[in-house]
Amino acid sequence: MAGLRLEGLHKSFGAIEILKGVDLALADGEMLVIVGASGCGKSTLLRLVAGLETPTAGRILIDGRDVTGLDPSARDIAMVFQNYALYPHMSVFDNMAYGLKIRGLPRAAIRAKVDEASALLGLEALLERKPRQLSGGQRQRVAMGRAIVRDPKLFLFDEPLSNLDAKLRVQMRGEIRRLQRRLKVTSLYVTHDQVEAMTLGDRLLVMHQGVPVQLATPTEVFEYPADTYVAGFIGSPAMNLLPGVLGRNGTAVTVAGTEIALAPSRFAAPDGHAVILGIRPEHVVLDPSGMSWPVEIVELLGSEMLVHARRGGEASLTIKIVHGPAMSDVIRVSFPSEHVHLFDQATGLRLTPAGSGVPPS
Amino acid sequence: MTGRLIPHAVLVLAILLFALPIWIAVAGSTQDSAVIARGEISLIPRLSGLGVYRDVLLHGSAGAGPVWHALMVSAGMALAIAFGKIALSLPSAYAVTFFRFPFRMTAFWLIFLTLMLPVEVRLIPTFQVMSSLDLINSFTGLTIPLIASATATLLFRQTFLTLPDELVEAARMDGAGPLRFLRDIVIPVSGANIAALFVILFVYGWNQYLWPLLVATDPKYDTVVIGIVKMIGVDTATEWNKVMATAVLALIPPVAVVFLMQHWFVKGLTEGDK
Ligand SMILES: Nc1ncnc2c1ncn2[C@@H]1O[C@H](COP(=O)(O)OP(=O)(O)O)[C@@H](O)[C@H]1O
Ligand SMILES: [Mg+2]
Repeated sequence: MAGLRLEGLHKSFGAIEILKGVDLALADGEMLVIVGASGCGKSTLLRLVAGLETPTAGRILIDGRDVTGLDPSARDIAMVFQNYALYPHMSVFDNMAYGLKIRGLPRAAIRAKVDEASALLGLEALLERKPRQLSGGQRQRVAMGRAIVRDPKLFLFDEPLSNLDAKLRVQMRGEIRRLQRRLKVTSLYVTHDQVEAMTLGDRLLVMHQGVPVQLATPTEVFEYPADTYVAGFIGSPAMNLLPGVLGRNGTAVTVAGTEIALAPSRFAAPDGHAVILGIRPEHVVLDPSGMSWPVEIVELLGSEMLVHARRGGEASLTIKIVHGPAMSDVIRVSFPSEHVHLFDQATGLRLTPAGSGVPPS
Repeated sequence: MTGRLIPHAVLVLAILLFALPIWIAVAGSTQDSAVIARGEISLIPRLSGLGVYRDVLLHGSAGAGPVWHALMVSAGMALAIAFGKIALSLPSAYAVTFFRFPFRMTAFWLIFLTLMLPVEVRLIPTFQVMSSLDLINSFTGLTIPLIASATATLLFRQTFLTLPDELVEAARMDGAGPLRFLRDIVIPVSGANIAALFVILFVYGWNQYLWPLLVATDPKYDTVVIGIVKMIGVDTATEWNKVMATAVLALIPPVAVVFLMQHWFVKGLTEGDK
């Protein structure tokens, strides 16, 4: 059994190429999250899979069957839309039952399926209501219910939580995860929210301007970002990216005039190579004998604090520390070399041997 | 308090302005024709004069047939126009809004163009067409030319454009074909707009004057509006109380339609979508 395969998918609107070749394979029952900034083509990709748009080139296979030319209804896919897209004049029950009615299921079977799905989602008491009488979270559940009752081969989610408030989003995120695990339906989930991506996905596909830049598990993406785009996109606050020059046989980087020693033999590039040193704010440590950075702003986040420092104009650094000492004008820090990432300054690609990480596809 | 006084005064004034002529017609209909002709209408209706309604309904007056028949013709015409226009414009608006086909926008602009050409403007050619189709003095001839117009198509298109794309897509994913989508989603969702349009079109049809005057010379097809005019004789003395009674009777059906569909009407005009 195979889930979903995308082969060389391209999509252009007029002269503008939105998707520039996407290859992807989802295992049966897998939840893959596509994450990327707004406008990078995530929705377009999802709509191609759904059959709502036709690809300019490439193939879409579901369970090994080529569905590229098929109508959405013939693909056996259910989709949860960002604005829920519930039928405003139908009750919750009818919203969920509509797809089944069209399929010509007998009344009793429809009733049974809707009852089952609404029990799963805690919607039993709301079946007679109209969408406008529901809260955002309840509408979201109905939209999921409508997808579930169909028992489809594939779930598609297009930023389904972005219209909810922060608290509800966290709750629904958990529910979606639990449901997906339980139903084991292969799912493609699109979001621009990296926290959502990290918590929901079995694997992540990071997209940037219509190109997939990294496909890996959330942990791998976080620990071994494939390039500076992924490094800056995944993780909050964002990873520090400092331009520098490699030296001493690859065991040191000079950043803003100061040499930073690295563990030997981790970075394979010639000395003098222009690089970008990446380190996450939480990995920077205070060190009285370390590099000195003039402090610009200090932000308190409850138990933690963020220190923003700047050196020599262009090099800026954010540090996350748990319980800071009295802040002086200058902090001294060091970068533990096991947490240092190096990227090629010209290409932005990762220089570090990727460890268990998957190289960019 | 004074802040509320002025708006209220304006409202009262406006109501009087609209209601007074109607009241004069109601009061006048119960009075003596000669008194009205002298311009001495009392604003107090004479109960003993109420019999005039029975009179005009059943017998009409000099120059015009019984009003009940004219009311039936008017109702038939107004209903045919309202339903006909909706039946015609719903699918055409649906087509130009939701489907991509060659010359879609051309079709749309052609429909739009007919807005500039109401029946009154194309009176002569339309009459010729009807005449050569042998539809003069027929119910078909009375209604068909008034049905073909763009107003309703444009209004429906505006309504349909407010339906979110995601709704269309959700229905496609659910497997609804074009006709199902029209029947199950589009029409119910635009129900309030359809009702509002029905009211407007009914009143439009009811008030038609010029075209019925031209195309139906047989008294059999006299609408109530035509009937009123025929009652106002040039040579014979006009029975003004009967004219006013007929005017009041002519007023009732459109008011009733507006009243009955008031809820939907307001909803359809004020609510954008949903
Ligand atoms: N039907 C369309 N016609 C033209 N351009 C489109 C169409 N749909 C999407 N686009 C463009 O494609 C780009 C990607 O859109 P989308 O896939 O919605 O991005 P995302 O979901 O990642 O925010 C955007 O720049 C958008 O303007
Ligand atoms: Mg999107």
